[in-house]
Amino acid sequence: MSLTALAPIEPRRRRKDRIMRGVLVGGTVIALIPLVLVIYYLLHKGLGSWSASFFTTDPSGSFFGNPGGIRSAIFGTLEIVALASLISIPIGIGVALYLTEYGRDSRFAGVIRYFVDVMTGVPSIVFGLFIYISLVVSHVGGSFTAWKGAVALSLLMLPIVVRGSEVVLLLVPSSLREAALALGAPRWRVITRVVLPTALPGLVTGSLLAIARGMGETAPLLFTVSTAFGLTGNLGAQMNTLPTQIFSDITNPRDVVVARAWGAGLALVALVLILNLAARAIARRSVA
Amino acid sequence: VESSATPAPGGRSVLERSPASRLPDRILKWGLTTLAALILAVLAYFFIRLIGQSRGAFSSFGLSFVFGNDWDPSRNIYHGFALLFGTLVTSVIALVVGVPVAISAALYLTELCPRRLRAPLSGLVDLLAAVPSVVYGLWGVFVLAPKLLPVEKWLASTFSAIPFVGGTPALYNYFIAGLVLAIMILPIVSAIAREVMATVPSEHKEAALALGATRWEMIRIAVLPYARPGITGGAMLGLGRALGETIAVVVLIGDAPVVGHSIFTQGYSLAAVIANEFGEAASTPTHSSALFAAGLVLFVLTLLVNIVARRYITRGQRGRRGTGGTGLAVVATHAGGGE
Repeated sequence: MSLTALAPIEPRRRRKDRIMRGVLVGGTVIALIPLVLVIYYLLHKGLGSWSASFFTTDPSGSFFGNPGGIRSAIFGTLEIVALASLISIPIGIGVALYLTEYGRDSRFAGVIRYFVDVMTGVPSIVFGLFIYISLVVSHVGGSFTAWKGAVALSLLMLPIVVRGSEVVLLLVPSSLREAALALGAPRWRVITRVVLPTALPGLVTGSLLAIARGMGETAPLLFTVSTAFGLTGNLGAQMNTLPTQIFSDITNPRDVVVARAWGAGLALVALVLILNLAARAIARRSVA
Repeated sequence: VESSATPAPGGRSVLERSPASRLPDRILKWGLTTLAALILAVLAYFFIRLIGQSRGAFSSFGLSFVFGNDWDPSRNIYHGFALLFGTLVTSVIALVVGVPVAISAALYLTELCPRRLRAPLSGLVDLLAAVPSVVYGLWGVFVLAPKLLPVEKWLASTFSAIPFVGGTPALYNYFIAGLVLAIMILPIVSAIAREVMATVPSEHKEAALALGATRWEMIRIAVLPYARPGITGGAMLGLGRALGETIAVVVLIGDAPVVGHSIFTQGYSLAAVIANEFGEAASTPTHSSALFAAGLVLFVLTLLVNIVARRYITRGQRGRRGTGGTGLAVVATHAGGGE
């Protein structure tokens, strides 16, 4: 009886193993090709249209001559997303706190969790329709306005904030909560002084991801903000945004306008990627 | 301890807080509960309003709104089967192309990949979700569609025996829209598959390897059966995304309200028709009602798909430790796309 008596793996099985490993590697490579191609073409076609005037002029809107830049689109996106964040992040963290600190395993908390999950699957165009029906058609403070777009975006950011926050709030050790409670702290102090500070990096990560998501959305804005050309700080007016401008530029027959779409696309992806990378950097540090 | 529990003035134990100091606690508790309840109320309100707005289309066209095939705003007739057809065909193409790639990537990243490469490579796959759908649309229109046209022509002539393949490919068609959708659903399907595969007990895998299984055999007999419900759920979440995607589809599907005879012909989808015709429809009540009804059909469709997906995913998680489950995967892949 020696260990060498183990039979070697038959060639047929070994060959199949090799082939399947190759298939899995191939799948991974195929999955990464689109990312490389999209970023390559964005840089290749978008960088050329980047210039100082590209970022300092507004789209002219005229069919001839200089099409103008993307200043109003960048500012519009930042304004609308900022307002959407102001709405969705406090509400989202509040709901997550309810789920982890009060609701826990209760039936009602289960229902909330379920519908928040369902909300993540609702197409963003449907959120746009919701706001269009309830706020635009009924002319609540004007027809198409920037703040309505922010409300639509906050609806689709909300479930991301809730689920992201809930996951990190659950990671706060219950021994910390119990220690604070045993020292006689009331619940609200435990939440504000122990739970929230401990979970802060994770909460920031989830919020940044939600902001990144909201920033790239086009469909809800079409139904709520409509379009504009000029720069405005008035959230009660129509506004230009990066996604809607790219969308209208795609269908434009002029090459200069299409070039602007590439430049704007590169700017949008850069903004979203910066938010994503920041979120990941914070998440990594909080784990370590 | 006993002595300190003697009643204080007012009949309270000294260990008990005064009603005044308990007030902030009550306020916070009921405030947060109301906030949570408010979400349900708002969702219900929107749903009811959407039904109300689309009633006009359903009362004029009945079931033929969904199953009739004649969408013609110039004659004010809205039978939207071609739209539903386009939504389903592009989503099926997205699943057929995207899911196998997503699963192979997930298997490679969890089972074969060197440990050091695992996190960066997974991060790169997740980054696909960070690209906004309008950028996928831009790239699809000016790069993918023109570059793939010769390939589509070759596919159409070589595989013309297969039903729904053949004819002369149009520049924008179901196939190209489905292909971009496949790219867009890849990160979520892959992230959920990865998360489920990571929960496969190492005892199962080690047992398979100890019995002399090769890596692939271990994957086939230990990993895949265990992870199947979760993978199915992830694929269905991807399907939900594909069904509702608007902007990339509207520029790539060709915007022709007909039921195509091949995947290389122009078509239309529910979401695309809403985005495209919404401006002109505002002046015609029947038309706008038809678009709301299209939105309602889309909403109900994605809702059903998502509910089934959740069921699979929770079944896959039953009996396992930890809450949240796919929460992180969903969050990580929500940073873009899925529009």
